[in-house]
Amino acid sequence: MNKQPLTSRVQFPLLIFSAVFLVVIMPVLNAYGCISDFTLGNWGKYLCYGILAISIDLLWGYTGLLCLGQALFFTLGGYMMGMHLMRMIGGTGVPTFLSMVGRQEWPSFFMPFTSFPFAMLMVILVPGLLALVFGYLAFRSRIKGVYFSILTQALTYGAALLFFRNELLMGGNNGFTDFRMLLGYSLRDVSTKRGLYVVTAMLLVAVVAGCKWLTNSRFGLIQRAIRDSENRVLFSGYATANFKLFIFVISAIIASLAGALFVPQVGIINPSEMETGKSLEAVVWVALGGRGTIVGPIAGAISVNALKSWASSGSTADFWPLMLGGSFVLVVLFMPKGIMGIPGQIGDLIAKFSRKTASSDAPPPASADTSQEAEILSSTASPASDS
Amino acid sequence: MSPKPFLLAAEGLTRSFDGFKAINDLNFYLDEGELRTVIGPNGAGKTTFLDLITGRTQPDMGTLLWDDAKHDLLKLNEYEIYRLGIGRKFQTPTVYNDHTVTENLILSLAGSRGIWHSLFGKVTSTQRDRIAEILKTIKLTDHAKRKAGVLAHGQKQWLEIGMLLAQEARLLLVDEPAAGMTDEETYRTGELLLSLAGKHTIVVIEHDMTFVRQISQGRKVTVLHQGHVLCEGPVDDVQADERVIEVYLGRKSKAA
Repeated sequence: MNKQPLTSRVQFPLLIFSAVFLVVIMPVLNAYGCISDFTLGNWGKYLCYGILAISIDLLWGYTGLLCLGQALFFTLGGYMMGMHLMRMIGGTGVPTFLSMVGRQEWPSFFMPFTSFPFAMLMVILVPGLLALVFGYLAFRSRIKGVYFSILTQALTYGAALLFFRNELLMGGNNGFTDFRMLLGYSLRDVSTKRGLYVVTAMLLVAVVAGCKWLTNSRFGLIQRAIRDSENRVLFSGYATANFKLFIFVISAIIASLAGALFVPQVGIINPSEMETGKSLEAVVWVALGGRGTIVGPIAGAISVNALKSWASSGSTADFWPLMLGGSFVLVVLFMPKGIMGIPGQIGDLIAKFSRKTASSDAPPPASADTSQEAEILSSTASPASDS
Repeated sequence: MSPKPFLLAAEGLTRSFDGFKAINDLNFYLDEGELRTVIGPNGAGKTTFLDLITGRTQPDMGTLLWDDAKHDLLKLNEYEIYRLGIGRKFQTPTVYNDHTVTENLILSLAGSRGIWHSLFGKVTSTQRDRIAEILKTIKLTDHAKRKAGVLAHGQKQWLEIGMLLAQEARLLLVDEPAAGMTDEETYRTGELLLSLAGKHTIVVIEHDMTFVRQISQGRKVTVLHQGHVLCEGPVDDVQADERVIEVYLGRKSKAA
């Protein structure tokens, strides 16, 4: 109980420090060669995943909507960025994905993507509108719980099947790759990569700040109230469907922005990113990190992916799915609040331990029966004396 | 004599579940400012009746009109009905367990229910005062910052009544407020409801006859049976009514 104020007092400076570390210190260390380009590139990816994880947690942890289609919004953002990057490749003729299906000219819908601002607008609008329409239909029909999850999964699956088709002219199963330039900078330059990393870190910080504000507002209260007792909220005069729709659209846009930054950093986007497994993996990050918190999902995304890039290379590669599944089971069983719950759990353990030593310091009771009784008494009495 | 306009008028309401008529041709009229108690054996349709008023379920037949027939409640959904000033306390206390007592009240305060307001609206000082006042009324001032989930059962019931007060509802629908309370808590709940009578129109559904006697004080009591109004009147008359005795004590006449 006494631990609570301490952790909340430490929390804010820790957040500021992490933000400065990610946005300023890491890239500076990279510029001076203390952090390799490879590592920084990896962290750029992790942070994109971290943003994706927050977008899932906004729905799942805060509103009680388990969306299994966030990877779709992430990928859509990536595709919008990819379309711009394809237009920026330059050279004569058309890319292979078009000539392969007999097209000698760019389809007209690619043309406006030459403009970077237009592409960015689409990064926001396309997933936002999709979420708006899908969410409107789902929430208006009062689709809840597992049915909502299944529908979002089906939506992702359908979209993946669509994008796998070459006829969509979005590159089929190869997707888009071979990017060269972004805003006049070569994507192969180390400085461009560092710049992309910094933008990602800044977006992450902005998303964290925005979500902190949102979840601390009255909107956040309503969000959590919907999660815990939607009927009560409805009978308190709130049109819950509108609130859910709002947060669904916001979270789709957040996921999409992350995807748009992800693509130039990894240099490829293809429909396999949309597959249902990807969405599920991201849900695991949130569960591991601790849902219902803003920092937890980021911690989960970074730690799982760092572990993945370490474990999935070399001899341990075959065991990676087992490790991921195993850690998920362990967390569900023993750490219901995920990584974010660890300080609290350690605090509880310490409290338990000190209580035990305190009771063993007490004069030894007369018989075994009474000692057992004393222990029961002390363990029930202590929580009351704490408060 | 011109008829007095009703606050709530239900006529010919029927609602069946799989052939069982939970509400059967129910006629119910409520004046503004009344404190009406509704009693009836289990399965008499009391809670279903509240479900119909608040838009949780739709009737198969009948009309349900609000405020001198200005509004047809059957055409409105849950939150629209709420916004007309109809608040409901559920049978099992339904509060936001993970929110503090104060937050529970903030969410229930009268005012805009829009998204924009929820993002940028601040709790005004008048609203703070109002919350403090309600906390005092429901005797939860000392628990204001505790999570509602850790409150005792009776306190949760009171908090939910407090949420109705925050809403400034014209009509309070109170479903079994004394359920699971000690005798003293029950008595205090009765006092609370009596203090609200006049300021609000109140419908109380209750089993506990001591409680019903306490709050009705000669006011009209409605007895529901098999989804139909069996009789209405002061509690003494109702308790002396042969049909009521028959319903509560078994069907002697039929068995004989």
